[in-house]
Amino acid sequence: MRVIVPLQAVVQGRGGLVLGSLIPCALFYFLQLYIRRDRRSSSASNLPELAPMPRSLSRSLLSPRGSSGPARLSSRGASVARDDDNPYYVGLKRCAEDPYHHSSNPRGFMQLGLAENWLSLDMIRDWLVGNVKEPLLLDEEGELSIHGLATYQPYDGLMDLKMAVAEFMGQVMQGSVSFHPSQIVLTAGATPAVETLSFCLADPGNAFLVPSPYYPGWDRDIKWRTGIELIPVPCRSTDNFSISIAALELAYNQAKKRGVKVCAVLVSNPSNPVGNLIDRETLYDLLDFVMEKNIHLISDEVFAGSTYGNDRFVSVAEVLDSENFDRRRVHIIYGLSKDLCVPGFRIGVIYSYNENVLAAASKLARFSSISTPTQCLLISILSNTKFITEYLKVNKEQLCDMHALFVDGLKRLGIKCASSSGGFYCWADMSMFIQSYNEKGELKLWDKLLNEAKINVTPGSSCHCIEPGWFRCCFTTLTKQDIPIVMERIHRITESN
Amino acid sequence: MGIPGDEILSRVATGDGHGENTSYFDGWKAYDNDPFHPIHNPNGVIQMGLAENQLCLDLMRDWIRKNPQASICTKEGVSEFEAIANFQDYHGLPDFRKAIAKFMEKARGGRARFDPERIVMSGGATGAQETIAFCLANPGDAFLIPTPYYPAFDRDFRWRTGVQLLPIRCHSHDNFKITEAELAAAYRKARDSKIRVKGILITNPSNPLGTTMDRETLRTLVRFANEERIHLVCDEIFSGTVFDGPEYVSVAEILQEDPSTCDGDLIHIVYSLSKDLGVPGFRVGIIYSFNDAVVSCARRMSSFGLVSTQTQRLLASMLGDDDFTTDLLAESRRRLMHRHRTFTAGLEGVGIRCLQSNAGLFCWMSLKPLLKDATAEGEVELWRVIVNEVKLNISPGSSFHCTEPGWFRACFANMDEETMETALRRIRTFVRRANDAATAAKTKKRWDTSLRLSLPRRFEEMTVLTPRLMSPRSPLVQAAT
Repeated sequence: MRVIVPLQAVVQGRGGLVLGSLIPCALFYFLQLYIRRDRRSSSASNLPELAPMPRSLSRSLLSPRGSSGPARLSSRGASVARDDDNPYYVGLKRCAEDPYHHSSNPRGFMQLGLAENWLSLDMIRDWLVGNVKEPLLLDEEGELSIHGLATYQPYDGLMDLKMAVAEFMGQVMQGSVSFHPSQIVLTAGATPAVETLSFCLADPGNAFLVPSPYYPGWDRDIKWRTGIELIPVPCRSTDNFSISIAALELAYNQAKKRGVKVCAVLVSNPSNPVGNLIDRETLYDLLDFVMEKNIHLISDEVFAGSTYGNDRFVSVAEVLDSENFDRRRVHIIYGLSKDLCVPGFRIGVIYSYNENVLAAASKLARFSSISTPTQCLLISILSNTKFITEYLKVNKEQLCDMHALFVDGLKRLGIKCASSSGGFYCWADMSMFIQSYNEKGELKLWDKLLNEAKINVTPGSSCHCIEPGWFRCCFTTLTKQDIPIVMERIHRITESN
Repeated sequence: MGIPGDEILSRVATGDGHGENTSYFDGWKAYDNDPFHPIHNPNGVIQMGLAENQLCLDLMRDWIRKNPQASICTKEGVSEFEAIANFQDYHGLPDFRKAIAKFMEKARGGRARFDPERIVMSGGATGAQETIAFCLANPGDAFLIPTPYYPAFDRDFRWRTGVQLLPIRCHSHDNFKITEAELAAAYRKARDSKIRVKGILITNPSNPLGTTMDRETLRTLVRFANEERIHLVCDEIFSGTVFDGPEYVSVAEILQEDPSTCDGDLIHIVYSLSKDLGVPGFRVGIIYSFNDAVVSCARRMSSFGLVSTQTQRLLASMLGDDDFTTDLLAESRRRLMHRHRTFTAGLEGVGIRCLQSNAGLFCWMSLKPLLKDATAEGEVELWRVIVNEVKLNISPGSSFHCTEPGWFRACFANMDEETMETALRRIRTFVRRANDAATAAKTKKRWDTSLRLSLPRRFEEMTVLTPRLMSPRSPLVQAAT
């Protein structure tokens, strides 16, 4: 504590002592005392977290509440508590607690909020029944190579699986492009794949431009631990929610004005939640855009094999193959959860043309490696290219049928869907049924659908859609017999609105 | 229209946080280039730097053979395939969690209770360490960690999280135990440097020491954490490898014996099946926290490293088999004890002393007498000779941040008996040659002054140098993020 010489008293003489200097000195000493006490006790973790402001600009990462539980966590840890209110997660939870079953629980919640494909898993199971005899798959002599399964393996996946996945990706893209195993890093699901890639491309406080509406999971998967900001770039229903380069340009400039460094454009193709495909010209435009801005392009193509309809899916890989773009800024996210219907097994892919990214990502993969027995199982399944070709074909047909039935059912209720050619869902316009044309109105309808009709759909606001009233409805966890029931439940709500 | 170079990648991607640029990894490279094989490459480098437990894989293999229904790929188990393939709930299969909790209890002799609802998955212990750091600390915060410690903590705990690790120095004259004085000193030093300490990270049983922590030390740590309101993260990954007394004490036991003395919200355990069961390829990491908020947060973060449901199901079945796990733990311990005894006896035969240990897959040996200089550089020099000439990839103490030069960790559970004998033979040969050379040099120097006969060289007591932390510029210390 510094000693303050009451100079004023010295200068002015005794008369000025109290007024001029004693009071300020006393105040100063008390201030010093207060600061010291506060500093000592602020390290005690039962006070509100006085952590430095997290570098991300996302609102959800601001200083947490001061209760004793979350306060002991990091600010990253505490921010998670708020997630529970997000309709996307609320709906998933309600359904999990009381799931519909046509015979055992006909009044349960029908899950239209989870993009999972239950339509074609039986094909894989049947293949397994016919082809796999031993519990562990290696070694023909019958001497089980538990060694290979149990011991440490390369963190970014077995080379055999990389080769099988590269082959599978080629088949999914219908032979229009071939993928190289050396450009693959395998991770335990597309969730860590996109997070790991994000860690490689941007520092905390940097941003990605993301055409919206976009997959709600990215708000957690990408922003949370990396501190990267996601800037939604709205797409319009008048364009069928296609990507607009002008909108990207605007968003980029706005970010620049705010002093935020944009590092990448992140798109999903086929789009989640809309289900439309990015056409070739737009892919060219995107590549030009990122080249001009010297940033990256991340294309999440997890639904590439789940397309139907007349438009042909074009991967960004195909465009790169045929044109002379700078490839080192392009990265693809893929996985087997959607196209092969095995989300439980956790197989994700980072496919990059940038060797520095691959080098970093393969080291980061240690935090999310795939279980070796699962890798071996997948090698076995994927290596049978004849079966895979058949599987992809039948899967698409089933998707196409369900999609048609579902969209038709909605149409009869007066609900139109955005034109879509891929994914497990349709993007439905229920704006005519919401009472106030805003997010509040949309959430009111969502709530009714969830709690009265017991249907979990994903509201557009969770997907950062700026036009209220759009909902993502997944149809791949339903059977054909479920569809009329779904429509009937929706009708009960819409007719009363 | 710039050409992308490193400048458009992140600091995480372009920095040294992965820790692989240190010379410590030269040993691994030497092994990769010239791996030992008893038949195809008998003069290759023997891998003694990897703490892997391969002693009981035969028991696991036999169980899997006898229990085809545990696998979803057999005709007995395939009926479960669809449900398992579809299940991606980050809570994990309930049976899996129950089985893990039960196994953890059993590895601790039933002296601690574990609640399956608190079991959280992660991508191996690697993922578990990182997740717990993300949950508990902000970038710039620090955890105190006793030295010597597992080198990969520098990467796993710090790389993406931005958290620091600050050493609590432990010394050989205390058998590397954690003393309250050093703990307090480390804490004070951090505070004086204006670094916020969020917790203490310990490994019990210790890697690289192979020792278990006594009750008193654990109680001290728990009390300190409680008083300073900081977390205590206990990596108990080797808890099932305790093959000898004293009896293993888990931090869970300390907490449960007297919950009033410590706030459970501060205590967290990291576990994995990679060591106890010898299945690192399965990638099963577990976070067990007594803090509800941490359980909740870590569970959400487990989306970044969930265990494949196929593996969960197999393990739920295997670890749910009570008779099997009892036999496995007992047999594993027996084999480890035998291996440990054989190896340490072999070393003692040539005068190499190991720290007395009762757990782990390695021993912590002192090669001080073989050092030319009792310095960090001397240690590196000796290590290079051992890797390149003796062809054993053992790990130098400096890579574990040991403050005293001359200590090395040698793993012995990742090989068969014959390979271990080969390794011992090579060590014996090397030590004898070194002794002969030293004796010859000494004799030459003192032949006319010494009144002693030339005797087999006795290892002189080397004075322990003033412990000093490795400077950040040393090539052996992991570069900072």
